[in-house]
Amino acid sequence: MELKEIIIQKLNEHFPDAGFEFSEYINEFNIKLDKKFIQPVCKFLKEDSELEFLLCEDITAVDWARRKKRFTVVYHIFTLKHNYRLVLKCDVEEDDCNIDSVTSVWRTSNWQERECYDMYGIKFNNHPDMRRIYMPEDFEYYPLRKEFPLMGIPGSLSLPKK
Amino acid sequence: MGLEAKLSGDGFFVTQLEAIINWARKNSVYPMPMGISCCAIEMMAAADPRYDIARFGSEVMRFSPRQCDLMIVAGTVTYKMSHVVRKIYDQMPDPKWVIAMGACTSTGGMYRSYSVVQGIDQFLPVDVYVAGCPPRPDNLLNALIHIQNKIGNTRAKEFQNKKRLELNVIQNN
Ligand code: SF4
Repeated sequence: MELKEIIIQKLNEHFPDAGFEFSEYINEFNIKLDKKFIQPVCKFLKEDSELEFLLCEDITAVDWARRKKRFTVVYHIFTLKHNYRLVLKCDVEEDDCNIDSVTSVWRTSNWQERECYDMYGIKFNNHPDMRRIYMPEDFEYYPLRKEFPLMGIPGSLSLPKK
Repeated sequence: MGLEAKLSGDGFFVTQLEAIINWARKNSVYPMPMGISCCAIEMMAAADPRYDIARFGSEVMRFSPRQCDLMIVAGTVTYKMSHVVRKIYDQMPDPKWVIAMGACTSTGGMYRSYSVVQGIDQFLPVDVYVAGCPPRPDNLLNALIHIQNKIGNTRAKEFQNKKRLELNVIQNN
């Protein structure tokens, strides 16, 4: 059985209510799921002895601007055992702009989630250190949101006095 | 002949204090290498034997601002970094000069975006701008020569009433 099918079978078996949508795009297997299940699903994918997705390569988000569920948080995870990459996606609404943190699963995701928060304003619940990572801490905007102008908002970032 | 002949004859010579201070000062400019991004590589190249910034007496790149009198800002200065650059500049003893090396430092360059300061002259008094992305080491040497000429032409009285930049107290951000 192909690894893809094993993953589908295992996930459906363990998380029947997670609302999985499986798809494939440019040789990458995408799984869309309900954001409530992200932490247990990640934990399962990492700890299952047949899968071992030990590496969280990146966590980022997409701002769809006009969609009802405005953001999609994207997780790129990788298993060294099978040399196989998987993409997890969760939709997040603007009014309820938070998702569970996966820092308890992969410790690397600490900074990746902070970056995502810094750029999109998506809060990660249970994150040990939910601060901005790039922008100054008193910055009030989220630069990668679509409404943010390229040249920034005048006066929002301080310069030393001349 | 040269200085030696003069000294072996009279044992002394007469000059202006200002002239000799300027002569000494301009031939031993200590740069503070503020290498923030890719331009810094060319700045390093300027220090290597091929381009040899030592020919102009500026080979002593000090990483302590207290010992420097020329700040070479080489790289993309973000708003967050601007406070650091300014803090280091403030620590350099007077008199001091600034070279803005590269397109990024002079104007923001190709980073026309919210996070990059569009020209460090918004918070530092720049003496020489160097064009290029990155500027060749020769170009940096050219800027150094400009600085030397500028130092050579500086009169002591110009320092007397020089307006000091207000020191910047940095809040942690
Ligand atoms: S001017 Fe070009 S080489 Fe220099 S820091 Fe900017 S991008 Fe890099």
